[in-house]
Amino acid sequence: MTQQAVTPDTIFEAPPRIGETRRFLRVFLKRGLVIFGLVILFIFVVTSLFGPLFAPYHPNATNLSETLLKPNSQHLLGTDYIGRDTLSRLIYGARMSLMVGVVALGIAAVIGITAGMLAGYYGSWVNAVIMRIVDALMAFPMILLALILAGLLGGGLKNVMIAIGVALIPAYARLMCGQVLSIKENDYVMAGRSMGSSNWRVMFRHILPNSFPPLIVLVTMQIGGAILAEAGLSYLGIGISPPTATWGAMVSDGFPYLLTNPLLSFVPGLAIMLVVFAFNMVGDGLRDALDPRLRGTL
Amino acid sequence: MGAYITRRLIQSLIVIIIVTIFVFIGMRMLPGDPIYLIIDRNQLRNYTQEQLQQLRHEAGLDKPVVTQYFEWIGGVFKGQLGQSILSKRPISIELKKRIPVTAYIGIWAFIISIIIGIPFGIISAIRRGSWLDTIVTTLANLGITVPIFWLGIMLMWLFAVHWHVLPVSGYTSPFTDFWLSTRKLVMPVFCMAIFAIAGNARLSRSSMLEVLRQDYVRTAWSKGLTERAVIFKHALKNSLIPIVTMAGMGISGIIGGSVLIEQVFNIPGMGRLAVDSLFQHDYPYVQAITLVMTAIIVASNLLVDLSYGWLDPRIKYN
Repeated sequence: MTQQAVTPDTIFEAPPRIGETRRFLRVFLKRGLVIFGLVILFIFVVTSLFGPLFAPYHPNATNLSETLLKPNSQHLLGTDYIGRDTLSRLIYGARMSLMVGVVALGIAAVIGITAGMLAGYYGSWVNAVIMRIVDALMAFPMILLALILAGLLGGGLKNVMIAIGVALIPAYARLMCGQVLSIKENDYVMAGRSMGSSNWRVMFRHILPNSFPPLIVLVTMQIGGAILAEAGLSYLGIGISPPTATWGAMVSDGFPYLLTNPLLSFVPGLAIMLVVFAFNMVGDGLRDALDPRLRGTL
Repeated sequence: MGAYITRRLIQSLIVIIIVTIFVFIGMRMLPGDPIYLIIDRNQLRNYTQEQLQQLRHEAGLDKPVVTQYFEWIGGVFKGQLGQSILSKRPISIELKKRIPVTAYIGIWAFIISIIIGIPFGIISAIRRGSWLDTIVTTLANLGITVPIFWLGIMLMWLFAVHWHVLPVSGYTSPFTDFWLSTRKLVMPVFCMAIFAIAGNARLSRSSMLEVLRQDYVRTAWSKGLTERAVIFKHALKNSLIPIVTMAGMGISGIIGGSVLIEQVFNIPGMGRLAVDSLFQHDYPYVQAITLVMTAIIVASNLLVDLSYGWLDPRIKYN
């Protein structure tokens, strides 16, 4: 056995150096639920994009001789009250959920982030005006606001996206405003400004990228919220117009047949819950990986 | 303290005013014509242009928008919420029947969200990593993701259709038959509360964990205090502030939930009325209900803010 020379390196064993990406992935993928969420989201996105390729039937194809069938080899999840194949409608419904989720989020994020940025950056009366409007929007329960907007605009895919998007604005505006207030005190912002950067440049090149971590977490969480809201509106019948397959409308269509065929309402609702759950878990994982301070506490 | 209360009151009033402007503009943005605020759109072709002009004039729709707003808001503060397009009856009469229903269910949902959500969240934080923590965290994560209308339908199937232990749906006033009323309300109250229960549990847990990390809690432990004293005397009160905020925000979720849950369980409350009137294009109702709901939410947020002073004497409100 040879004597090993005692060098500072052997006494203070330095932790292995790992890259930022590897560290991120290591924390992000540590929890089983996050991986579960990623798997669900992968299936969800693939189904949304390529669903028509493997859906067994057209989602709106009715067959009045095969109504309210129990699951069988022809219809894996049975059929509804006018003989439409539940599995096919479920597959096409994924597409609607994803589309509404993403577009509504886009609308909310663009408007909310811009408003919050202006409020936080310029302060004084700009802040007062914008934040009071945001407060007023927050006084509406989210689903009620989306419902009224969709009702006034007249339903349909586009209007549902707008309605839900507007209802989600306040969260972004508030988060962004808070972010700007803390970030703009940093030296690099001061440096940018003293080098003659314009306000817009400071806002979009320095402040915005530095507030990405919490924004990404919020976006992930809110997609779930948007999907839930869309399902709620479709359930009430104010959402995307029939006969387009949406998960919320499927729950509501199945309701009258609860006694004989509870599966009709059960399956689409379960799908909504799984997808929203998956988004939340991935959001949790992102937060843990991006903001180590909060790890495991929420 | 007095100055703070005044300032918060003024702020809330400003928020309410902006809300009324939103609602007013919203109703003027109706597809088509504000005349739909006073007549049924299916009846429109039964009127001649002159009659329509006459109606517009009577309702003040030919005045400048700003004047219209002030006349409308003046009425609102006097409790005049207008009249239904379809039944022509004053809205306040119908609302007097509907508000107590939603309020009764909502208050129960709120109470339950607090007495279930907060203790479980706190226990879960104290016993972090235990099986209880795992169960509470998982259930709370599911609770914020479940579509409540679907949960309602599934509970209905299980408890009413399958097991026959609860009535399917409907509403009975607690004053006519308390027992029946309670049995009918078990499922709707739970569904309306579920989001708030889960939210409260999650936040109580994280807030408690945050406090348990603080130096003064470590000091309390190292003094040799019992767990009881550490938790109840030192940690609990300090963890309550974000919890109270969350519980207050829960009210918004509960009121919003009434829109969906009253539909599922066929309950004649405000939420149901909002949906029905929206379908029937009876916009004055939509307008009035929106105002009532937002006013309740603004008031509850105000109460939450004021309660901080009682919870945390360090906040001087200046």
